[in-house]
Amino acid sequence: MTPFPLPLESLLGHWPSYLVYLAIGFGFGYVLEIAGFGKSTKLAAQFYLKEMTVLKVMFGAIITAMVLIFLTSALGLLDYNLIWVNPTYLWPGILGGLIMGVGFILGGFCPGTSVVAAATLKIDGLVFVLGAFFGIFAFGETVGLYEEFWNSSYMGRFTLPQFFNVDTGVVVLGVVLMALAAFAFAEYSERVFGKGLLGAQPRWRLGAAGVLVALALVTLLIGQPTNADRQAGLAVVQNTTLNDRLVQIHPGELLSYLNNRMVVPYLIDVRSETDFNAFHLPGAHHVPLENVLALAQELQFLPRNTLFVVMSNDETAATEAWRILNAESVPNVYILEGGINRWLDTFADAEFQAAYRVSAAGDDQLAYAFPVALGARYAAADPNPAAFNLEYTSKVTLSVGRGATGGGCG
Amino acid sequence: MTAVSRELPRAATSVRVARQEKPYVNPYFAGILLGIVLFLAFFITGNGLGASGGMNRLLVAAQDLIVPSHIDRVPYLLDMAGGDRNPLDSWVVFISIGTILGGAVSGWQHGRMKVEINKGPRISNRTRLLMAFIGGGLMGYGARLARGCTSGQALNGGATLSVGSWAFMFAVFAGGYMLAYFVRRLWN
Repeated sequence: MTPFPLPLESLLGHWPSYLVYLAIGFGFGYVLEIAGFGKSTKLAAQFYLKEMTVLKVMFGAIITAMVLIFLTSALGLLDYNLIWVNPTYLWPGILGGLIMGVGFILGGFCPGTSVVAAATLKIDGLVFVLGAFFGIFAFGETVGLYEEFWNSSYMGRFTLPQFFNVDTGVVVLGVVLMALAAFAFAEYSERVFGKGLLGAQPRWRLGAAGVLVALALVTLLIGQPTNADRQAGLAVVQNTTLNDRLVQIHPGELLSYLNNRMVVPYLIDVRSETDFNAFHLPGAHHVPLENVLALAQELQFLPRNTLFVVMSNDETAATEAWRILNAESVPNVYILEGGINRWLDTFADAEFQAAYRVSAAGDDQLAYAFPVALGARYAAADPNPAAFNLEYTSKVTLSVGRGATGGGCG
Repeated sequence: MTAVSRELPRAATSVRVARQEKPYVNPYFAGILLGIVLFLAFFITGNGLGASGGMNRLLVAAQDLIVPSHIDRVPYLLDMAGGDRNPLDSWVVFISIGTILGGAVSGWQHGRMKVEINKGPRISNRTRLLMAFIGGGLMGYGARLARGCTSGQALNGGATLSVGSWAFMFAVFAGGYMLAYFVRRLWN
């Protein structure tokens, strides 16, 4: 199992875990200050091509962090699925970005740098912070007027490798090379527009560039772990969990969660479309087994009180789906014990069972011959929990989990 | 270039006397250091960095103190501070507090902790501060609209290869460069 990111909250406790963020914030503020980002004139110079510090620091930071993230992910140290990737809301992002660009050139800061400027007693930084508070306040008061636009063009966790449909390593290498080209342009522009006032550039930067390219190449060569790699790494744990039947939950337990307002069940039905149409549980998502992997990324960041339950007619396909989702680090995934067949054996009335119960044609096949495809409209799909007195061992424990907690600028 | 107020608070004066202002580090060096901080934020916590989010939550906390009933009528605010939710109970708030501390410590250490207004040579202090307020307002508004500022969107999403963040980053530079020529008097 990948050791990082750390499960900070279970390691340290809720409030103490924030000390880690305090330390990271300290490093962030310190580095912004030594870069000169507390000084508005230095930041604004970027837009007159005289001094390209902003571009150098930002792209330098992005490619350094990117290479390290994907290298450690390739090496199996970091789980990329568990880190926050800003969800794409394309047009609100672009419009917000344009407004921020205007704010940048007028005000001379961005929010993070203005905090550092204010912390070092720059009055213009302090006034900028006050302005930013006002802007944030104004947004909170006006977003209701165009909430539809604010939530539009949502593409979820959408990454450049998916967009270009190429291997992650190729994108990583491409971004590094693009940034190096931008640095070369920046130095040229500083010589022309800045009239060489900045003096000679240090020679070590060429070595640093070489190291980044080399690490990007290594990342590309190793490749990012596939679901099969992840399953192989987890094989022992997964087999033990499945054999000890720690994640197969009784139909009665699932029913209790369907009627529990503290927990949001997310039912994943991996059977054929025919079987799904014939009968399924209310609200179940029909996801053929081959689509489960693609779904995993979406499920990753649903609220922590979401309970995922995979189901097939019996357990074979559901178990396969569980292995995929578990390997992708989706938290709180369970299997409906005995599948839809056991559900019907438990909740369909005697008359219905006498009329339609057949023996299953094979492993994981439907053991009921439904007269019509009513889906979730059969009475047995939505049984009244008060009418059944079932005995079972509860297995669900919702874990706090680890990794991103809805990050970005939340 | 720099207008320093004559009546400096005493603390600031003594700091200024005690420390010689040192030059900033090489931008590539700063970039690599910032990249390492950003990487560690993801590697250890999974969350990355943020700035405007912390400011947002501080503001909401203040609003919750003054007009709690207002919070309960606006869905966007409700999400952070409705009912018994504490808007300060968030990692991004602690990143922001750390940023202030880190900036202050470095500023003090390198003799750059002093009361001043940085501006272009051709504008008055008043113009500079007015522009800082307007620019800050636009930044704050845009950052919430875009769901993140230069740190929370551009740095985080840039390093984790989010499509939306890369589009956002180009939009920020485009907005700045489009207007830069027309406001050149502010800075040159």
